[in-house]
Amino acid sequence: MINFFLAISIVILFLVFLCLYRALFGPGIMNRIIAVNVIGTKTIAILLIIGFLFNKIEFFIDISLVYAVINFIGTIAFSKYFERKGVQ
Amino acid sequence: MDIVSIIFIITGTFFLFAATIGLILLPDFYTRMHACGKCDTLGILLIIIGLGLYNGLSLTSAKILLIAALIFLTSPTATHSISRAALKNKLPHWTKEKGK
Repeated sequence: MINFFLAISIVILFLVFLCLYRALFGPGIMNRIIAVNVIGTKTIAILLIIGFLFNKIEFFIDISLVYAVINFIGTIAFSKYFERKGVQ
Repeated sequence: MDIVSIIFIITGTFFLFAATIGLILLPDFYTRMHACGKCDTLGILLIIIGLGLYNGLSLTSAKILLIAALIFLTSPTATHSISRAALKNKLPHWTKEKGK
């Protein structure tokens, strides 16, 4: 089961690198915001799987919960700011 | 119970893969939002529920289900908020005449 968790974690890390292309070269600010949102969502899964790999799920679950809340609040703040200010 | 957990996690990883492919290859902001708004939510929910089933019945599983409920509420809200910001700023749509 440990090997399965390791393989899934490496696959999700590869997907994060694929998303990083859109965050670097995406045209405009909004594409970068959705890329960062998707990367943050994948990070929650990676944190939970790392907790199972190290046998310390009781600690990593709190980090993952806080990361979910921070990801949501950051996305809402960015979108509200650019909604008022304008993209350009 | 491990078999059910493995099936859930592999399905969730497939949905995350589909979301990433849509984020890279689709031509427009709104179509990218459409791809990764739904597939990402479903994939992460399936992975988290699979991990909770693997852990068994304890307080940690309750916290894992709490994370699942939080993501089920917040991820569509974030998608809606970004999409409304883009719509108010009049980002251009992709049309067929403009070509690839």
